[in-house]
Amino acid sequence: MSAKVLTITSGKGGVGKTTATANIGAALAKRGQKVACIDADIGLRNLDVVMGLENRIVYDLVDAVEGRCRLNQAMIKDKHIPDLYLIPSAQTRDKTSISPSDMIRLCNELRSDLDWILIDSPAGIERGFKNAIAPADEIIVITNPAVSAVRDADRIIGIVEAEEKGSPRLLLNRLNPEMVKQNNMLSADDVVDLLAIHLLGIVPEDRAVLISTNKGTPIVLEEKSLAGQAYRNIAQRLLGEEVPLLDLDKGSGFFNRISRVFGSGEK
Amino acid sequence: MQAQEIEVKGIKNGILVEVKNGDWQTREDALLQHIDQNQGFFEGARLVVDVGNRALKSPDLASLRNALSDREINLWAVLSTSLVTERASQDLGLAIKVDQSFPEPEKDPINSLLDGDEAVFLKRTIRSGHKVKHLGHIVVLGDVNPGAELIAGGNIIVWGKLRGVVHAGAMGDTEAVVCSLDLSPTQLRIADKISVSPPRKGKPRPEIAQLEDGQVTARDWSKFTKE
Repeated sequence: MSAKVLTITSGKGGVGKTTATANIGAALAKRGQKVACIDADIGLRNLDVVMGLENRIVYDLVDAVEGRCRLNQAMIKDKHIPDLYLIPSAQTRDKTSISPSDMIRLCNELRSDLDWILIDSPAGIERGFKNAIAPADEIIVITNPAVSAVRDADRIIGIVEAEEKGSPRLLLNRLNPEMVKQNNMLSADDVVDLLAIHLLGIVPEDRAVLISTNKGTPIVLEEKSLAGQAYRNIAQRLLGEEVPLLDLDKGSGFFNRISRVFGSGEK
Repeated sequence: MQAQEIEVKGIKNGILVEVKNGDWQTREDALLQHIDQNQGFFEGARLVVDVGNRALKSPDLASLRNALSDREINLWAVLSTSLVTERASQDLGLAIKVDQSFPEPEKDPINSLLDGDEAVFLKRTIRSGHKVKHLGHIVVLGDVNPGAELIAGGNIIVWGKLRGVVHAGAMGDTEAVVCSLDLSPTQLRIADKISVSPPRKGKPRPEIAQLEDGQVTARDWSKFTKE
């Protein structure tokens, strides 16, 4: 096995990097892949909270880099899905405690017995971001359909391209089809038109996402959630399968939409 | 005016200013005045000053360096045929030689086709946070996104959507134009005039912006070419 390193980044904070990392990781693991999620946001760790693993942390990323523990001691096994692991970040240190070359070394050590290494990047374009993209084979830029978030995503794409990491793929998060219809929100077309990169997936606005992150259970485990379905589709696309984008436009009721997604005739 | 006193050229890694013969103090004032008038162009630049055969002492060069750094310009090198000036430059840690193989636009047969000015050609999307500065023309094959900035001494042509900030004729050329397939810049400047795009009505069409009676005016390309 040689894992693929996938970094999830956005520039702007609060657009859903951590939630996306947790859910893409869970969705890939559910499909039988062996996945490690690394929280590269040193000093402001929260991937552990979103994955519901906070109380199992003994060692963290900085401990592993500085040699205070073996790498597998810092890997926390997920409680829901087998073959999903978390390497948490340190809460009491800052972003300068590790360097981009530390991250590359760490990922290379992990590669041999994993399928995927997902890195949750911190917001911003400084050291923490540089650490997160240094080992990446592929980068996902996540944004919301908001002008400020799209502007930052554009900046990030420029930096990623300048680092010769290849063209990143786009994840558009928290799209509200109703608001788009009323011309109160940028549409997916507007965003893709501006950023001009490949669209990996669209995750609709869904209250269930907030509830699931608070509970520490990934939304992909909820079969009925549309956002969960969107993340499951994204995982399939990452595995090279062709999955059409979810149809978010038509249908009024929630169950109506779900039944169409699954192609079932109920209701 | 300043043409007789100083001459500005783009070189490989910075901007070369040739200060013509005459009283140093007046020439220095003229140089700083020229920079102040073209702030957007010089800001953040590495400057090479060619003072000819003048003998300048460290305090003269230090005061020039300080005046430039107040304007966020980095004095990189002072070129001179005078040994006194060379020694003073070295004392201040300035370079006394720079890559002399600068692209000389006038001597280049390809560039001479373009009104004697050099142009840069960029085949990519210019994204937020990118700033492209060039003494000659700028041609972009791709989009210029909001948050990006193009500053040209000459004309700016964007074969794509123009949504960032552009400044054509940044050295004061009022004849400079900006053309784009979709001209919706955040801000458009020609020479010292500034304008913002009105909200677009209908489908984007290729347009050309230029100064008319001191106002930035955008016109439909198809109408422009029929005149």
